[in-house]
Amino acid sequence: MTGRSFQADFARALREPDRPLPDGLTDSRRFAVYRNTHAVTLAEALAQGFPVVAALVGAEFFAALAGAYRMAHPPRSPLLRLYGRAFPDFIAGFPPAAALPFLADVARLEWALLDSAEAADAPALPPASLAALPPDRLYAARLTLAPAVRLLSSAHPVLSIWRAHQPGGAAPGPGAERILITRPAFDPVPVALSEASFAALRMLASGATVGEAARHGDLTEVFTLLLDGGAITGLS
Amino acid sequence: MVLPHRPGVGFKPQHYAGLTGDPGPVEWVEVHAENYMGDGGRALAQLASLRDRFALSVHGVGLSIGGEGRLDGDHLSRVRRVCERFEPASFSEHLAWSTHEGVYFNDLLPLPYREDTLARTAAHVQEVQEALARPILIENPSVYVTLPASEMDEIDFLTELAARTGCGLLLDVNNVLVSATNRQTDPLDYIDRFPHALVGEIHLGGHAVDADERGAPLLIDDHAHPVAPQVWALLDRTLALAGPQPVLIEWDNDLPDWPTLRAEAARAGAALDRAALDALR
Repeated sequence: MTGRSFQADFARALREPDRPLPDGLTDSRRFAVYRNTHAVTLAEALAQGFPVVAALVGAEFFAALAGAYRMAHPPRSPLLRLYGRAFPDFIAGFPPAAALPFLADVARLEWALLDSAEAADAPALPPASLAALPPDRLYAARLTLAPAVRLLSSAHPVLSIWRAHQPGGAAPGPGAERILITRPAFDPVPVALSEASFAALRMLASGATVGEAARHGDLTEVFTLLLDGGAITGLS
Repeated sequence: MVLPHRPGVGFKPQHYAGLTGDPGPVEWVEVHAENYMGDGGRALAQLASLRDRFALSVHGVGLSIGGEGRLDGDHLSRVRRVCERFEPASFSEHLAWSTHEGVYFNDLLPLPYREDTLARTAAHVQEVQEALARPILIENPSVYVTLPASEMDEIDFLTELAARTGCGLLLDVNNVLVSATNRQTDPLDYIDRFPHALVGEIHLGGHAVDADERGAPLLIDDHAHPVAPQVWALLDRTLALAGPQPVLIEWDNDLPDWPTLRAEAARAGAALDRAALDALR
């Protein structure tokens, strides 16, 4: 064979439907089976990972969005679960989505949920072992949070929007939201936090001691949510 | 450890409760390696629990063994990790490519059958077998086009691949019907000529029926339908020639409820029973 390889021609014709068929192939309906599988299964993988984004924009818009994403960010790994990693940032820069300024952050929340679901397992500290600590020891301690913990904040009510698309969900209100995701068993659970609690949680997550974090907000809510979510896995 | 010569199913999380509560004739399960490469979570826990009750086959879809490029070493390491973690009775992959210059196509794409592609594919199979420290099975593909660059018959290619590497073959009977129909060749002839002694597993699955530009039948391997009557007939022929084998029902899209899938497995079990009886005659 001379020049470009068989596989290079085939791959290019697959990705770019306007190109002619690879050398020697004549039936476009036959080649379309490959083109469709490539385009449709990747769009389905995104729709499965980002169901609320898909519901917010509708099937037609989502198909166009998924197609544009596939051209800009073709999968670089056989692990399809990683395929949506760049999707939130892509949405943020996708001009036709500009009318929905919250869409990229909803996608960030959905990506965080996906990512949390497959994070490493880690046994939670029993709540009693924390309660047994003398206050000065607790204040000097730093927490190790579970690998499945995720923190997000958004200028938009993204968790309320997400909840509105779950069974029995209510219509979202306005305003910024700060979100903690824990994974008590296998299903990631997102909850909204007050601004002060989130500030304190963020400090804990970045390695501050409990005492340092307590100066930035009330830790009662934070500890309740972390313990309920099985999210504290160690103390140091 | 080998797969039992009994029915198995391609495992889907949606069937976990049904499969564990009422497995019926199902004695083994097959999973796609790529779905068990996370760090933790439900999928790994479910598989660990299934592993205690059923024999396990791990089926790779992403190694791109028939590809022009080098194997992805990171991905091969991940496959090895899955095999070390779950110690499956069998690992299988496809005579196909799925990655080109780092882009993954999420499909099993055809390669021309020639001496150079055979040498390269054999080197890839050997590399995988060395990494996994076991012989693997290679599956015959579904194809939708005839590649003019091919210079060898698919069966000759697979037979020679096995001779050079010591790998076994996974015979997907639905793929035989799909490819033979699409190439306008005889599926029964393919089954008859296949190297039966090399078969280590059989796949059955559903396909969709379409037509090409000239109106010729075009079968699409979509794993979204019941096993077709012609495929059941070809299974009987296969078992008569190759003897009892592990027989898998693959149903990956538009999933049926568990009783429907279990009934397909029971039908494979009946075919295995008939074949065992015929072998005694």
